[in-house]
Amino acid sequence: MSAELLATLSIFLLALLVGFEVIGKVPATLHTPLMSATNAIHGVILVGAMLVASVAETTADYALGFVVTAFAAMNVVGGYVVTDRMLGMFRAPEASR
Amino acid sequence: MSTVETVVRLAYLAAATCFVLGLHLMNTPATARRGNRLSIAGMLLAVAATLVLLVDSGDTSPAGWIVLAAGAVVGSVAGLWAARAVPMTAMPQLVSLFNAVGGGAAALVAIPELAPPADAASVRVPAALDVVIGALTFAGSLVAAGKLQGLVPGRPVLFPGARVVGGALAVIGAVAAGVLVRGYGGGAAVAVLAAAALALGVALVLPIGGADMPVVISLLNACTGTAVAMAGFVTDNSVLVVAGALVGASGAILTALMAAAMNRSLAAILLGGYGTGDGASGPSGSGGAPVRAVTADDAAIQLAYARRVVVVPGYGLAAAQAQHALHELATVLSARGTEVTYAIHPVAGRMPGHMNVLLAEANIPYSDMQELDAANAALPLADVALVVGANDVTNPAARRPGNAISGMPILDVDRAAAVIVVKRSMGHGYAGIDNELYTDPKTGMLFADARAGLAALTAAVKTLVG
Repeated sequence: MSAELLATLSIFLLALLVGFEVIGKVPATLHTPLMSATNAIHGVILVGAMLVASVAETTADYALGFVVTAFAAMNVVGGYVVTDRMLGMFRAPEASR
Repeated sequence: MSTVETVVRLAYLAAATCFVLGLHLMNTPATARRGNRLSIAGMLLAVAATLVLLVDSGDTSPAGWIVLAAGAVVGSVAGLWAARAVPMTAMPQLVSLFNAVGGGAAALVAIPELAPPADAASVRVPAALDVVIGALTFAGSLVAAGKLQGLVPGRPVLFPGARVVGGALAVIGAVAAGVLVRGYGGGAAVAVLAAAALALGVALVLPIGGADMPVVISLLNACTGTAVAMAGFVTDNSVLVVAGALVGASGAILTALMAAAMNRSLAAILLGGYGTGDGASGPSGSGGAPVRAVTADDAAIQLAYARRVVVVPGYGLAAAQAQHALHELATVLSARGTEVTYAIHPVAGRMPGHMNVLLAEANIPYSDMQELDAANAALPLADVALVVGANDVTNPAARRPGNAISGMPILDVDRAAAVIVVKRSMGHGYAGIDNELYTDPKTGMLFADARAGLAALTAAVKTLVG
């Protein structure tokens, strides 16, 4: 196993632990927005999609690149907009009375 | 490492930090929106850094840039439109749809890495995992969204030999993955692997009832996160690894919390065969016990002279989009000095916290919404508990062993001084059993659609108090 792979594995494991730690404390009130927010975060696959699309050479590559960036962009933009829309509805008591 | 590469890696580190801090800020409603926006900033940074990397490497052909831009624009517009247009009640299926495209993208990213038979095992193993998990999530999430939207039957779809088919698909997928990992690659093996994973995703979600869909969506969300992390291993990209692992871990926790709130084990949910999602049309009747039906005027008198009212909203309220009608009634009551709070069961609505979102949409402040424990402390002190379209989560039968909902945490509505239930019929909830709350002598049943019933109550209270 290369040193680089070992480093990436360490990052993976630590990020898992951070994920467990951060979410455990969120109140049930926010579970739906939270699910939507994490859903938007995995849209970071857009970065991977850009890397794939950028090295396209054949027609099949281009088709794949188009689909993969469209999917990922939809995940990112839609996910964040819908989360923001939900959270915008949560108001503090003073603001609404 | 070149200067540009160093800067890009630091930007990825900053983006990952934004994701973690953003999720952390989602601990309270007051800072949640800021948290989400910090997360958006992280995403913009990650995308910008990747653009810099692409421009710097100069490998991208003009046609490549056009394809990239076209894909990004089409996807963004579709996502933006869907996110803006969809009603809040349809949120769960939209989240599932976004999850599907994310999983699909993750699977597709790995395919070019698997097709040529070269490369090291350290790339091929995560690439094969990525294709399997991503394709499975893609198909599974689409089926889940279809069930919630009513395009696919919400009831558990079971056919003879389903388990055998599922097992066969798993074996075929495992063989194809083994061939690919050993480096014998080729497009055919990739196609078989992807097809088996897609079919497995459909076969896994079809037998699960609509009521369990939220748990399934959360689980699939966690799967997409894991697939994205695998894509990070494949492309040697740290921001994908960190963000994917974060989502994988948080999704796993959310899934466990939701399953616990429904008192169902994850294994039981995945085995399927329970829960139809929409309970209104179950067999009616209440085992012969008398039910006291009340008119809106009777119920309004009770409400108007109550000091403390606890509202228990359920799926019926969400389905009728009656949250605004509810807020109007609460405003009239509050104006008379009545204290109105909302008792929210963790699985009310379609997803945990979905009900909170619906009430928030109607301008109800989050500080008036009580979670299970606080609500159960308040209910015995309430003069009236107003149940709107909630069934199983109020059924006292859960306290006894030996029935479908035994042990499920419920709201102790029967401990309030009086109970008014707004409900269309005596139909069952998805657990399919009688609710003995309805035959309790202190319960009045107001048979009406949630929105119409609440409007009638509001009008009656207004008439009463002039």
